[in-house]
Amino acid sequence: MLVFGTIPYLVIVALAVIGLATAALKRNLIKIFLGITIFESAINLFLVSLGYRDGAVAPIFTDAPSTEMVMATPQALTLTSIVIGVATTALLLSFAVLIWKHYGTVDTDKIRRLKE
Amino acid sequence: MRRYIVAAIFVILAASLLSIPISFSFGSPIATDMDDYFIEYGQVQTAANNIVTSVVFDYRGFDTLGESVVLFCGVVGVGLLFRRLMEGEEYEDE
Amino acid sequence: MKMSKIVRTGANILYPFVLIFGLYIVLHGHLTPGGGFQGGAVIATGVVLVIVANSYEAVTGMLQKVVFKAQESIGLLLFIGVAAIAITLGLPFFYNFLANSGSIFGLSVPFGPNHGDLNTAGLIPIMNIAVGIEVWGGLTVIILSMLSGLDRKEA
Repeated sequence: MLVFGTIPYLVIVALAVIGLATAALKRNLIKIFLGITIFESAINLFLVSLGYRDGAVAPIFTDAPSTEMVMATPQALTLTSIVIGVATTALLLSFAVLIWKHYGTVDTDKIRRLKE
Repeated sequence: MRRYIVAAIFVILAASLLSIPISFSFGSPIATDMDDYFIEYGQVQTAANNIVTSVVFDYRGFDTLGESVVLFCGVVGVGLLFRRLMEGEEYEDE
Repeated sequence: MKMSKIVRTGANILYPFVLIFGLYIVLHGHLTPGGGFQGGAVIATGVVLVIVANSYEAVTGMLQKVVFKAQESIGLLLFIGVAAIAITLGLPFFYNFLANSGSIFGLSVPFGPNHGDLNTAGLIPIMNIAVGIEVWGGLTVIILSMLSGLDRKEA
């Protein structure tokens, strides 16, 4: 059927909507950061799944079964994207630890003003 | 009332994101001229068996330089946020 | 809070194997899937295993932040330095001047599937090692900084 061929793209849409809904509707700071991370994972999966060819193998010539290979450039771009996501998540979580130490809570309804 | 507006916005967002599986076809990419060149000549020019590594470090090495600098700046930022005060300083104010 | 003796002994025995596996992934980046970033993340996970099994107070004397900060800087400088050596030879920036040349990593490879020789691929293994050192130092600095920022109540 037509739907079975596009299962990766349906998974990407589901992950993106779940990530965006978590980042927009939750109140706990850690849950918001988890929503951002889920959305980044959905975008990385989208980049890798754009380069697939039917019946091809990975682009590595060591003991390769055939020389018909998948596209290699989207995998290189996804590597960069994952590393940038790691740096962003590390900084976000450091901010969460500092906010918890300063305010005593991580509820965004109670972190309202700059504490003097 | 506000819940219905938020739910309607997310339904519209999901419906507009669903245009991706309809317009792309999985398994047959359209513009593959550059990747055909990399797969055909990459092993002879760079003498590496792994085409993805030769793309990351040889054909597109400048992007990897930028990515290393971004990771370095992220680690510097984390080290800056958890700094202990040396003696002779007090909390910086205003 | 300390883990039990079984967990501590298991982690201390497993750490060299994780280290060797990560270094294998870094060094064979031009033959098998892997490379600098992936191998560096595996080695940093091994260090985090040792930190979590023994408590942070017991580790703080041996793993200092200054050593890993220096290691990260050395990795990034090695990466840029190796790429800038090509300018002194009259070639463009980042040019792979060791491939197909007969020097250190300079064996030639014909087209087609083969069994993989470690002596190939020019400047790419050196750049893999530099990026692996940088990611190892960077991720360990992140973990040590975040753990030192929590104040412990003596339980």
